[in-house]
Amino acid sequence: MIIDHPLLGPRDSSEFTYLGDARLIDRPDPDGGDAAAAFYQYAYLRDNPAGWHRELWFHEAGDRSWLVVTRNTLTHEISKVELASDVARAQGRSK
Amino acid sequence: MSQKNRIEGGQINRDVPLNFTFDGRRYTGHAGDTLASALLANGVRLMGRSFKYHRPRGPMTAGSEEPNALVQLRSGALQEPNTRATTAELFDGLSATSQNRLGTLSFDLLAVNDRLSNFLTAGFYYKTFMWPKAFWEKLYEPVIRRAAGLGSLSLEDDPDVYDKGFLHCDLLVIGAGPAGLMAALTAARSGADVILADEDFAMGGRLNSETLSVGEVSGADWAAGTVAELAAMPNVRLMPRTTVIGAFDHGIYGAVERVGDHLAVPQAGKPRQILWRIYTKKTVLAAGAIERPIAFANNDRPGVMTASALRSYANRFGVAVDRRAVIFVNNDDGYRSAEDLHAKGIRVTVVDPRPDVSVLKDYEVLSGAQVIDTMGRLGLTFVKVRLADGSERTIECGALGTSGGWNPNVHLTCHQRGRPRWDDRLAAFVPADLPTGMHVAGAAAGDLSTAGALAGGQRAAQDALALDGSMPPLPEAEDAPVNIMPFWYVKGGERAWLDQQNDVTVKDVRLSHQEGFRSVEHLKRYTTLGMATDQGKTANMGGLAIMAELAGKAIPEVGTTIFRPPYTPVAIGALAGRHRGAEFHPKRLTPSHAWAEEQGAVFVEAGNWMRAQYFPRTGEQSWLETVNREVLATRNSVGVCDVTTLGKVDVQGADAADFLNMIYCNGFAKLAVGKVRYGLMLREDGIAFDDGTAARLAEDHFVVTTTTANALPVYRHMEFVRQCLVPDMDVQLISTTEAWAQYAVAGPNARRVLEQIVDQGISNETFPFMACGNVTICGGLRARLFRISFSGELAYEIAVPTAYGDALMRRIMEAGAAFDITPYGTEALGVMRIEKGHATGNELNGTTTAANLGMGRMVSTKKDSIGAVLSRREGLNTPDDLRAVGVKPVDPTQRVPAGAHLMAAEGPVDATQDQGYLTSACYSPNLGHHIALAFLKDGASRIGETMRVVSPLTDEVVDVEICSPHFIDPEGERLRA
Amino acid sequence: MRYSGFRVIKEALTGHKGWKPAWRDPEPASYYDIVIVGGGGHGLATAHYLAKEFGQARVAVIEKGWIGGGNVGRNTTIVRSNYLLDGNEPFYEFSLKLWEGLEQDLNYNAMVSQRGILNLIHSDGQRDAFIRRGNAMILNGADADLMTTEAIKKKYPFLNTDDARFPIKGGLAQHRGGTVRHDAVAWGYARSADSRGVDIIQNCEVTGFRIENGVCKGVETSRGFIGAGKVGCAVAGSSGRLLSLANMRLPIESHVLQAFVSEGLKPVLPGVITFGAGHFYCSQSDKGGLVFGGDIDGYNSYAQRGNLPVVEDVCEGAMAIFPMLGRARLLRMWGGVMDMSMDGSPIIDRTHIDGLYFNGGWCYGGFKATPASGFAFAHLLARDEPHPTATAYRLDRFEKGYMIDEKGVGNQPNLH
Repeated sequence: MIIDHPLLGPRDSSEFTYLGDARLIDRPDPDGGDAAAAFYQYAYLRDNPAGWHRELWFHEAGDRSWLVVTRNTLTHEISKVELASDVARAQGRSK
Repeated sequence: MSQKNRIEGGQINRDVPLNFTFDGRRYTGHAGDTLASALLANGVRLMGRSFKYHRPRGPMTAGSEEPNALVQLRSGALQEPNTRATTAELFDGLSATSQNRLGTLSFDLLAVNDRLSNFLTAGFYYKTFMWPKAFWEKLYEPVIRRAAGLGSLSLEDDPDVYDKGFLHCDLLVIGAGPAGLMAALTAARSGADVILADEDFAMGGRLNSETLSVGEVSGADWAAGTVAELAAMPNVRLMPRTTVIGAFDHGIYGAVERVGDHLAVPQAGKPRQILWRIYTKKTVLAAGAIERPIAFANNDRPGVMTASALRSYANRFGVAVDRRAVIFVNNDDGYRSAEDLHAKGIRVTVVDPRPDVSVLKDYEVLSGAQVIDTMGRLGLTFVKVRLADGSERTIECGALGTSGGWNPNVHLTCHQRGRPRWDDRLAAFVPADLPTGMHVAGAAAGDLSTAGALAGGQRAAQDALALDGSMPPLPEAEDAPVNIMPFWYVKGGERAWLDQQNDVTVKDVRLSHQEGFRSVEHLKRYTTLGMATDQGKTANMGGLAIMAELAGKAIPEVGTTIFRPPYTPVAIGALAGRHRGAEFHPKRLTPSHAWAEEQGAVFVEAGNWMRAQYFPRTGEQSWLETVNREVLATRNSVGVCDVTTLGKVDVQGADAADFLNMIYCNGFAKLAVGKVRYGLMLREDGIAFDDGTAARLAEDHFVVTTTTANALPVYRHMEFVRQCLVPDMDVQLISTTEAWAQYAVAGPNARRVLEQIVDQGISNETFPFMACGNVTICGGLRARLFRISFSGELAYEIAVPTAYGDALMRRIMEAGAAFDITPYGTEALGVMRIEKGHATGNELNGTTTAANLGMGRMVSTKKDSIGAVLSRREGLNTPDDLRAVGVKPVDPTQRVPAGAHLMAAEGPVDATQDQGYLTSACYSPNLGHHIALAFLKDGASRIGETMRVVSPLTDEVVDVEICSPHFIDPEGERLRA
Repeated sequence: MRYSGFRVIKEALTGHKGWKPAWRDPEPASYYDIVIVGGGGHGLATAHYLAKEFGQARVAVIEKGWIGGGNVGRNTTIVRSNYLLDGNEPFYEFSLKLWEGLEQDLNYNAMVSQRGILNLIHSDGQRDAFIRRGNAMILNGADADLMTTEAIKKKYPFLNTDDARFPIKGGLAQHRGGTVRHDAVAWGYARSADSRGVDIIQNCEVTGFRIENGVCKGVETSRGFIGAGKVGCAVAGSSGRLLSLANMRLPIESHVLQAFVSEGLKPVLPGVITFGAGHFYCSQSDKGGLVFGGDIDGYNSYAQRGNLPVVEDVCEGAMAIFPMLGRARLLRMWGGVMDMSMDGSPIIDRTHIDGLYFNGGWCYGGFKATPASGFAFAHLLARDEPHPTATAYRLDRFEKGYMIDEKGVGNQPNLH
């Protein structure tokens, strides 16, 4: 596969390491109401869609960016690649 | 015997005779021959035996779809089983042997299977061989295994070299027939970067096998001219002898170039084959079509082949398989074979089941007739024909060509699971659902005429590259329409072969249907149809059509079997390239490697690193003696060890301390500048991930160390937290594992050694335990010094830029000479850390918690850190949780084996009694007996208990005492000295 | 119809006219006591044991396509019980024992062939871990044998012991391990279940669950509603998709695993060998093909196909230890969808919906588990309590912290 890195352009996927669902960005608030349940769902449950999937790839043999790749799990087509830090900020993560 | 069946014409070079042997007999062929064409020229039709019934077989095709003519090419370590004689390019000195026979090729004892064929029908083995139970492994299976398989491996290491490479282009054209050549030419003239790949050694595809003209010249000459034009263009790469094996995601194609297979020995410095990964923006698939046979009784004798193969052998190779030939056709294209053979002086009879075909030809045509049987033990001698009026006629002949129509070669269009579409006009599947970026042209797209191929090739290139404007006119070429009557098999002949290699007959398909194996996947798996080395390229359609007939369904309703990569089988050596044997993975060498080699060190793999394991001295009898010396010397005076392989991450920024607070389960916010702290990282699931130290060199600068094994995963994880969870923290990370050489200098005399090297004062007062700082050494070289200890001794780790690593090790040895400084390796390091009860990968094994490790209190409840929440789950905090303990034998002469399990001192030994397990064990030269670290249920409250360690695998049972894991200096006085 | 050597001879002499379909092709009834969704190995085995061991007759197996078309028909055919952890080892040993009696149980020769499996050891740390595992196996009643390098060399002289990048330092063998003819497993279970009255309904896709007041009443299918007392799902790589119809999220990701077969070769490899320092394992089928595989591709995928980097990685592993394989040719590569769980171990449990049961998360190790999985799932469906060897395979183990993590890599499915 080829991942079109937002900073570096198209790169072979073998330069990357895969982590999984991009919801791993949404780490729950440890001080929130039911932190135990929230963390269980965050760490273990997955939508696992057959179709479009937002997922985290790390450019390990490259610039060490974490990327959010929108990829179709049925066809492997990639429609969007974003810097994970931009996605995280857009979702309200900061410090 | 000198090429008795060689006739005029063809593209072979008669000026270059080539000598070769088959089964020890000498023959002569010519440059441009394949092994099959050369053997046929010499009158040899028998080239192999079928898989199950060991029926005599000759070539059925003249291409890579060949199921029958498989031989072992070359000999010794170079022996190459299952090589298609139809594609093996002849070279001088080639030697081949036949395979899958017991006895000689013409007298194969296993041909008895053919007599037993009534018992050996599809799936017979599922119904028997079950009694007595033990006989399967002892009797039946060994007999079956011995008979199974085709060719043999040499059992020697493959001596050839394979390579890999990467290519990029605008357009990849697969297949260099008329469509492919036209596509490549069109694209190349537009300035695009073009790769044209063809599996054959001669580009031109079917044009080389036809007598048709293109424009004013013969097809073969037009192809040669076009290839020459392409070859002269700088933006074109021609790749003959290159099979595109697979269409992978996003325009990546795999291709295998056979660089040296046509030579007796590969050229100096060149590999045998190269695996290319071709990255292309667009692709034109022009892979042609494959003629399919018609099934009838005994349609598998040597001499029976596809009509187009007969034509190829005559036109391209100048070979008449026999001077008398019968052509069995259901379509007009078959007549081309008849005409071409007739023109070469071969006596031809056409048998055509279509009732009203014209018989007004220069050769005999039997309309409404069918071939119903053949004769000839080792090769075809007679063909039996049923005429339109029902009478039978026997024709003496040595060659029978069958033409059941053409299957567009849709193989690569299916690699991304696209399904082809049924086309009634062609009575064949045509490409439908294409991989992104792929266009199909020519016969592969169902355009079976030459003119159609040329036009299709041009159009595909135009479409693929979005070329505007008018295209130059195409040369004139044959444009015959397809005229076919679907006709798959002759009724009545049940032993009619569909899959010739695997011996699947019409009868087997019938039985499969009868027993309910009716979907195409069941048919394939039950009968093995299409599972031979040709993957059913000539067989699947027939099987499918017969199943459709039996099921009363249309062919597309029965389905298609999916084509999978590779297009043709690929040498495993080519897929591995140079990554084999010692070159399997790269070796990472530490900065002191050359020095350690000089000392005679024995090295050990640690991931990809090579680390010094121990440093034997003359006279030492065993590795243990060496290791004991290294441990004692370090504990008694001073030792030095290369610890560069530990992962190092530089953490800088105003929020660096907050960041580490998040990463480590224990607190780091308050760590003073100039201090080091031990840190434990958890995974988010609450399990211990890695441990190491973080040294605060400045308010906004830390150096984190990780274990050797986890250097990469920890760094990745830290970047994940930084970029995905706390993107606004002012912190930057960089891995510096290879930027700094780092040595541990340990032992009571460590300070005295380093005082000679470090420019600043390092007394216990100015540089106490857990101090760190930037220093200079040897009069000004920048270095980092950490007062940390893995061995439990007074110890330092000193780091310098890697380029100075070798020099620093030599300087340390020089400075330490007065104290008899001893280099120690990973074994001694391991012994000393077990003596101190320090955890490594054996304990941080991915299933243990901080509490298991005896560090439960380190998990801060005052702050958020990765893994803290989930570490509090019920299952990770049960009353009888495992705890790290020490284990020592009651009888000090006994060994305690790592990997043993802990059981009560008395009672039964089985899984229900399991109390824990030993993670690490060694002989402690300081204590004079073996020691071990273990995880024991509720271990913290069981110190002093006597238990058994049991290791039934190594047949050991040892009485042990549970003790503290800190065997030496539990108070840590040495480290602070 | 009972299969026997006598029967084969009789049919051979009378033109094979007497063979009957191996299973019927019934229309679905409106109600079954138990409906199994998924006509793969696990689903068919469940049906067989429900009928044979638990006296359940009104059972249907519903299959979207053709039975045996999923992972049971696309795996590397290995059976073994060389597990480490208490939650796993008794279960897989139970499975291996069921394999040992399978042909006689089913009257179908699935060619269970105990030619042994060998895991190569390449480092001291690995040896310690394998000794612990071998001990766990023996303590659970399985067999294990720590082989020396010399013994391995003698048995497999073609292994690279001269210039290996990661030298072979021994191996853990399970001599009772081996291979089974994978398709025949599905067919044998199907034939046996069918003969005991189970309806096997092919080409019937489940499109929804009918759930009323938290109770599952049956399944909506492409062939209409089928009522059920209990519904058991055993759909491997389709688990996520299927259970989403019941609004469930699972601790599972679907990944692609590729596998490979070479051209047919005369026998060279008696048992199964697993390389311990790379991603490669290999056996040789009774037909002569070398069947081999390695790591999953590593990204979520339902595409049933993989990419070149993993193909190359596997073949590099092959050439690292079997340099004689250079001239053997890879014939076919294929991919299957693996339901990779969050700890690498499976789930056989009730769901929070009454009457809806789940069997899945087999990662890429489901084939060897087929008999025990079927038996344990049948036990759970019939008696509403877990089979004694499968008590750890609970769906709530992640929430409560009782993971069964053989590899110790945590909640990242692609590392298991």
